Amino acid sequence: MSAPIEDPPLTNLRDRLAAIATLDAAALEAEDIAILGRKQGELTGRLKSLAALSIEEKRAQGAELNALKVQFEAAIGVRRVELADAARQREGAGVDLTMPGREAWRGTMHPVTVVIDEIVEIFGALGFSVALGPEVESEENNFGALNFAPDHPAMDMHDTLYLDPQGAVPAEGQRLLLRTHTSPVQVRVMREGPPPYRVVIPGTVYRNDAFDPSHAPAFAQIEGLAVDEGITFVDLKATLAHFAERFFGRGTTVRFRPSFFPFTEPSAEMDVACQLCAGQGCAACKGTGWMEILGCGMVHENVLRNCAVDPERWTGFAFGMGPQRIAMLRHGVPDIRHLYAGDMRFLQQFPSVGS
Amino acid sequence: MNASRAWLEAFLRQPLDAEDVAQRLAMLGAPVDAIEPVGADLSAFVVATVTKVRAHPDADKLRVTTVDDGSGSTWSVVCGAPNVVAGGRYPFARIGTTMPGGMVIERRKLRGEVSEGMLCSARELGLGEEHDGLLTLETDAPDGTPVVTLLGAGDQRLVVDVTPNRPDLFGHKGIARELAASLNIPFRLPEIPGLAATDVPPPERAGDSGSTGGITVTIADRQGCPRFLAGVVRNVKIGPTPDWLRNRLAAVGVRSINNVVDVTNYVMFELNQPMHAYDADALRGAAVGVRAAGSGEVLVTLDGSSRTIPEGALVIVDGAGVIGVAGVMGGRDSEVTGATTNVLLECAAFDPSRVRAARRALGMSTDASQRFERGTDRWGAVDAFRRAMQLLASVTAGTIDLPTVDCFPAPSHPPRIFLRPSRVRQVLGLDLDWREIERCLVAIGATVVSKPDDARIAVDVPGWRPDLVAEIDLIEEVARIHGYEAIPATVGAVRPVFRPDDTGWAAARAARRLLVAAGLSEVLTLPMVAAGDPAAPVLLNPLSNDHRCLRAALVPALLTEVERNWAVHTGDVRLFEVGTVFSVSDQPGAAPRETQHAAFTITGRRQPAHWNDDKPRAWDRWDAKELVRQLVDLAHPGAELQVEGESWAVHAPDGRRIGHAGPVTADSPPWADPVFAGEVELGPMTTAHAQFAPLTMFPAVTRDLTLRVPAGRPVADISTLLVQRGTRHDLRAVHVVDEYRDPAVGADARSVTVRLVFRNDQRTLTDTEVDQATGRLRTSLERELDVSLRSS
Ligand SMILES: [Zn+2]
Repeated sequence: MSAPIEDPPLTNLRDRLAAIATLDAAALEAEDIAILGRKQGELTGRLKSLAALSIEEKRAQGAELNALKVQFEAAIGVRRVELADAARQREGAGVDLTMPGREAWRGTMHPVTVVIDEIVEIFGALGFSVALGPEVESEENNFGALNFAPDHPAMDMHDTLYLDPQGAVPAEGQRLLLRTHTSPVQVRVMREGPPPYRVVIPGTVYRNDAFDPSHAPAFAQIEGLAVDEGITFVDLKATLAHFAERFFGRGTTVRFRPSFFPFTEPSAEMDVACQLCAGQGCAACKGTGWMEILGCGMVHENVLRNCAVDPERWTGFAFGMGPQRIAMLRHGVPDIRHLYAGDMRFLQQFPSVGS
Repeated sequence: MNASRAWLEAFLRQPLDAEDVAQRLAMLGAPVDAIEPVGADLSAFVVATVTKVRAHPDADKLRVTTVDDGSGSTWSVVCGAPNVVAGGRYPFARIGTTMPGGMVIERRKLRGEVSEGMLCSARELGLGEEHDGLLTLETDAPDGTPVVTLLGAGDQRLVVDVTPNRPDLFGHKGIARELAASLNIPFRLPEIPGLAATDVPPPERAGDSGSTGGITVTIADRQGCPRFLAGVVRNVKIGPTPDWLRNRLAAVGVRSINNVVDVTNYVMFELNQPMHAYDADALRGAAVGVRAAGSGEVLVTLDGSSRTIPEGALVIVDGAGVIGVAGVMGGRDSEVTGATTNVLLECAAFDPSRVRAARRALGMSTDASQRFERGTDRWGAVDAFRRAMQLLASVTAGTIDLPTVDCFPAPSHPPRIFLRPSRVRQVLGLDLDWREIERCLVAIGATVVSKPDDARIAVDVPGWRPDLVAEIDLIEEVARIHGYEAIPATVGAVRPVFRPDDTGWAAARAARRLLVAAGLSEVLTLPMVAAGDPAAPVLLNPLSNDHRCLRAALVPALLTEVERNWAVHTGDVRLFEVGTVFSVSDQPGAAPRETQHAAFTITGRRQPAHWNDDKPRAWDRWDAKELVRQLVDLAHPGAELQVEGESWAVHAPDGRRIGHAGPVTADSPPWADPVFAGEVELGPMTTAHAQFAPLTMFPAVTRDLTLRVPAGRPVADISTLLVQRGTRHDLRAVHVVDEYRDPAVGADARSVTVRLVFRNDQRTLTDTEVDQATGRLRTSLERELDVSLRSS
């Protein structure tokens, strides 16, 4: 085997390779085409011409040429990045980077919607799915089936808006009204088929109450219903205490107090330790250290019976809460009327996170 | 219900802390909304010793005293009280103290002598009528001790929030019973100062009618009035009420009227039994009774107004006509006045729903009606009656005309309910000892009849608890007295239930996310609106004319909100709402159709200004078109927007209009940008999953055509034709990239540039193929639509 004869064009190429690092942008691109171009590239041409050589020559020159090709590609790539960096630096020189970035409008979910979504999500993780129902209901679904006695003072808590029958004469219990709570959806769910049930029911409810700082004639409510074999008051407390910790934060303490709702018995009110004073007592919690958050109870036997569910076999609990009130507590909104207005200055205060 | 702390203390025979009472009541289901001081705030007054007394040099009736108030200084105080003596100890108001009447004590001179404070009488402290001299304090407490620590703080009023099922808590006895259960101590009726030791004998039993003191008593409506007790007190002296009684009533916020009326109010607040006292001599025909009102009967009530009684309402009558609306209010003509000498006391039970109906019809709610409509204790009425008669005789110095009468035509007992301990376990999840169950039931006044080993417990419920009618009611009582806090909160196993989320829920969430991503802000407007839209259902009893109907669309309310923003000089407004809209049903009397809509309004700048950019553009109709396009794709994939005047409309396959978008007019200030809006009915979300299309490696080839479009020819026609004819030539998309209106092009014509995108998934298209295809398409446009290439 003879020593390879130094090929002058190859020497020339090696020099050009060394010069790559000094080229400017235009010269670099020209050199890229001149050496590696698909049609006229010098190295490309030499690689093509290998085909005519013997296997031995191919082996000797091919390795050399391919190595050169890789070196050129690398050198050109490195030089390109160097030149681009230099160009960017030149461009950036003298730019004041404290100038403001380009803003874009940020859309916002309503704070009440955010509360509802979070509640739905927490109960979703506990196996509750979302059920919805109409806002115009019959008296029977809104009251009768839910164990409201027709002439009971409990009705005073539900100052009701009725629809004008426009001349029609509705049958007993079929007068149409704007539901005063989301509980009629419980009735609809139970009448759809046999237990078990685990649903959360968000929706708008109505009362014949004029606007004031804490009342509105229409507001959101979110309700839950769980009916199965073996559900007890212990499950009610466990589920809702878990919810409170998920919603208000780990370590949130709750207390359950007796209360009265026609459609649950035993009935309870769940209070959460005041978020503002951590239970010490402040103006927001009227000095009690507790915030009333949610009404709940074991589904009343009569309600189950009214929905053809046997109360001796199935037991369950239900609960309901007011997202407006929770949103007001959470964000320190002093007047419920803000939650019904489209003032951009208000809405933009609550950027959507997550959801 | 207003409760007095001192009154409760009298029941429980021990001092109470109002905060503690509030806490206990809350945990028993009767939260206290407020604790209010009754009477004056005495916290500033201190015990002081008068060390010297000397005559005032310039006034016979005044003395100049030296007062030691424990502060380290002594004060010169001028005093007019005859009973002031050296060494005596009295309540002292320092300089700066505000007196109960509002006067502030200042340093001043009285006939030349300096006075640096005030020694006080009982009356000056608001503690009674005694004003003959200073209130002498018999105490070893050091000077400077606040007097409240000696006298006890004044009474406190607890405003108790009573749920509709608990009438018994409208009397102090009921609240005392709850506290006794919580404190585990006994309770009994308070002693009454100056009351005769002997009890009033029980009334004589009668049926539908009886008589007492020469007055006939008749129940003519047993259903409405199951029991009626009456008695006459003769030779009464109508006059002021003793202090203790007046103070009790003042503490619960009731004004003293006279000694007779005050006694009935006292017993009502103590035992939850409203009563009424009549001037016995004003009863015509020496008769009193209960019946249903006939039509058009009229009563002049205590407040002096003449009221027509609703037919069928329960009324109290004398021999000639109506003298009261049972359980609601008495009549003026038979009321007790200063001239009354003989009083007839009525103590009755009335049907709650009849009382409720009457007070609603009359539009008047009274302390009595509030109690009757929740239910009083007809069995306990006798005790209340006897206590009231005794009190009445005592405070009026009258004599009871015995025997009194008790008309109880269908005597009965409170119900007996059976309770299964197994059911307690099933509902509460607690294995309670029989003895604990019994303790809880006894605490509420029930009688447990059975023995521990019985499978079910027979329970006689107390008459004051009309809410206890079934086993579950007793289970609640057991839970309540045992304590909700004593029930564990252990998470158990959960059986999964297969039930998908309501389809409307996903649609609403998707619409919200879409609009938030577009930079819009969600608003929740009131669903009640003023009349105007014929599709809007009408309310029978609206809050106001502005809330007469249910909304049939969302955009109008959003526009009002845009105007609200303009009013505060906000010009960039991007609002959306997702909510229910209503439309009247075709069938009379049927519920309105309810659908979920998403709507938006946009005005102002599309993006905030940036220093490095040109002035930002305002929102325009093309933004509205795209937002509606995206909403429609969510809910009705494939539905097309159609031009409708200046706007676009979307129709469902059945022809129903399900959406629209376009410019809208509002009450704009001159500086405002135009407003655009859109609204779409959200259907259930499609559950079909999008399917993958292969990503081809062959490049697309594009050709731009600048077309001369004659007047009246919409671009949609051109795109449609191109797509129809071009598909087989590998035309994959048609984009409108420019529109140009130039008089040079022709009066009504415009030029529109469309970009044709050709691609074949299997091979690279050649320029020749694409040019040929483009040529064919040009020919089609010319022939079929009279659209040609713009001649340059
Ligand atoms: Zn607080």
